Amino acid sequence: MLGFAVLNPTYETVSDSMLETLDILLTASFWAATLRIATPLIFGTLGELICERAGVLNLGIEGIMVAGALIGWLSVYMGADLVTGVALAFLTGVAFGLLHGALTVPLALSQHVSGIGITLLATSLSYYAYRIILPDVPSPPRIEPFQPIVWPILSEIPLIGPSLFAGQTAMTWLALALVALTAWVLYRTPVGLAVRACGENPAAAEAQGIDVTAVRMGAVAVGSGLMAVGGAFLTMSAFNAFFFEMINGRGWICIALVVFASWRPGKALLGALLFGAFDALQVRLQQTIGGDLPYQLFLMLPFVLSILALIVMSRRAAYPKALMVPYRKGER
Amino acid sequence: MRLEPRAHAPLWLQLAAPVGAALAALVITAVPLSWAEAPVLTAYAMLAQGALGSGFALTETLTKAAPLILTGLAAAIAFRARLWNIGAEGQLYAGALAAVMIGSGTVVLSPWLMVPLVLVAGALAGALLMLGPTLLKVRLGVDEVVTTLLLNFIMLLFVQMMVEGPLQDPMSLGWPQSMPIIDEAALPRLVERTRLHIGLIVALVAALAIWLTVQRTTFGFEVRAVGANPHAARFAGMSTTGVMVRVGLLSGALAGLAGVGEVAGLKGFLTQDLSPGYGYSGIVVAMLAQLNPLGVVLAALFVAGVFVGADSMSRAIGVSNTIADLIVAIALLTMLVASLVIRYRVRFG
Repeated sequence: MLGFAVLNPTYETVSDSMLETLDILLTASFWAATLRIATPLIFGTLGELICERAGVLNLGIEGIMVAGALIGWLSVYMGADLVTGVALAFLTGVAFGLLHGALTVPLALSQHVSGIGITLLATSLSYYAYRIILPDVPSPPRIEPFQPIVWPILSEIPLIGPSLFAGQTAMTWLALALVALTAWVLYRTPVGLAVRACGENPAAAEAQGIDVTAVRMGAVAVGSGLMAVGGAFLTMSAFNAFFFEMINGRGWICIALVVFASWRPGKALLGALLFGAFDALQVRLQQTIGGDLPYQLFLMLPFVLSILALIVMSRRAAYPKALMVPYRKGER
Repeated sequence: MRLEPRAHAPLWLQLAAPVGAALAALVITAVPLSWAEAPVLTAYAMLAQGALGSGFALTETLTKAAPLILTGLAAAIAFRARLWNIGAEGQLYAGALAAVMIGSGTVVLSPWLMVPLVLVAGALAGALLMLGPTLLKVRLGVDEVVTTLLLNFIMLLFVQMMVEGPLQDPMSLGWPQSMPIIDEAALPRLVERTRLHIGLIVALVAALAIWLTVQRTTFGFEVRAVGANPHAARFAGMSTTGVMVRVGLLSGALAGLAGVGEVAGLKGFLTQDLSPGYGYSGIVVAMLAQLNPLGVVLAALFVAGVFVGADSMSRAIGVSNTIADLIVAIALLTMLVASLVIRYRVRFG
């Protein structure tokens, strides 16, 4: 064995890197990071899923996450408490959602173009506001972010304890709770049935006495609010300051995750966690085996992975039937 | 009150709607401007002066219009066929990368051969980058919006990797920039002592060619048919797949050309901040133009004017130059609403 390894240096490095990978998977910090990376994606994916389940594609997600990140952080910087900051971020998302909804639902304009417009608007408005409110700061001011919640007894469990029950903030717990809540509302309540009906067959929903315009507007508003909270997680929990470009494509990845999840909340959680695990792993592999490889290759992986996930799921993608189909009463 | 679809929109309305949308965008932007305590009318006067006020300002606006015409055309032709190519930014970088790889000394020919060579190389690179998402869409039904958007990020990281690695200029003292474009491959200047280069001519020729294609050729008819109703187009015996693939290649090639212009006509070397989002602004240009290739030229001039004018305005009165992106974003949304007036007639009672 030893001789073989000496004769074959590549063999040794390969097995080494596999052991390294295994080591990484057994550390609590890896799983804590996985959940931390997954949290904004859970919020964003749930938000996009709610919009699309009602039949409205929301490409505003990337910009809405930027706006949420700014407003949440800014509110706290200006003296609000953390919970108020999250609430204000949510309301910011709702506002952009209502604009996207107004353009795409009653006015039935192109969901693609409106969504891109919302992303450009929310992003540029956020950057402009940042420049006006903080005209001459050399570096972004910091806030006191959410702290990890340490649960009694449970945090003593090996591996799961430090990563889950001692390593996560209230926002991650909120994200996990929202997965269950969204699933329950979508599949177990009349509201959820109405949302799904509007996404599958709005004419039939209308015949059942459901106000399609109201349901779609509501779904887009709530979904956009969740997206903004996902952005706020980055400035209020993962980091403690706002930077330009900090969303960095996370919104677009969420759209891919919705397809990967077949528009189901539970699978969305799974997808976000898988994605988080993969991202946490690549950061650690970069440190251990990445010596000679350009770091950009590792940074590309999340985006490549998202495209691969779309390709793998393409055969089974069960789009809501009326996704991107505007509905006008009495028109076919 | 109800909306009634129009069979035909009169020409004056098709022209008035974008102008109205642009004006509405400026009126709405008065709100964020006054929030910054800027004198609104002075600000707009300065914007206009910065964009058009001198010979130099005009050439700057024209210089910025060149890439916007090309990315605008890339979006317009794709959107016509309902191929949602949001990846012009990445395709622009692919074109720039190809131009640098060919044009920084790898081959040395006379300028008469070298300039066309880098243009073709850039167009090919852009087209190739768009081929993947197009094939995934037509073969597997993978949504091209997401794939083209994600490819923008991959492409930008790839460019970063190249200008910090294999393509880095050894003379750049460690700055992440590529080796310079050789003189033979540089796009000639149009006007001495300005930055205006023949990329503008390339863009104008492209606009005319695309307009003729859309209006006068079978392919142009097929593009319109596939965009209007793919089922009817297929029923009429058209290969929707073939049309989509050709549209995708064309769209990517146009965006790639924009990248060649920026790197071989303007900057002279490749960096990771070559484009201030021309790919995304191209979508605004295409929408303002109502996807009309000739309208793209006018819309690109407007957007370029806003970018150039806002820069000098922000220097003069101290408002952040992020206002330019804000005006452009608002113009996209106001144009979207204005498109309603073109397509529908409002009936009362």
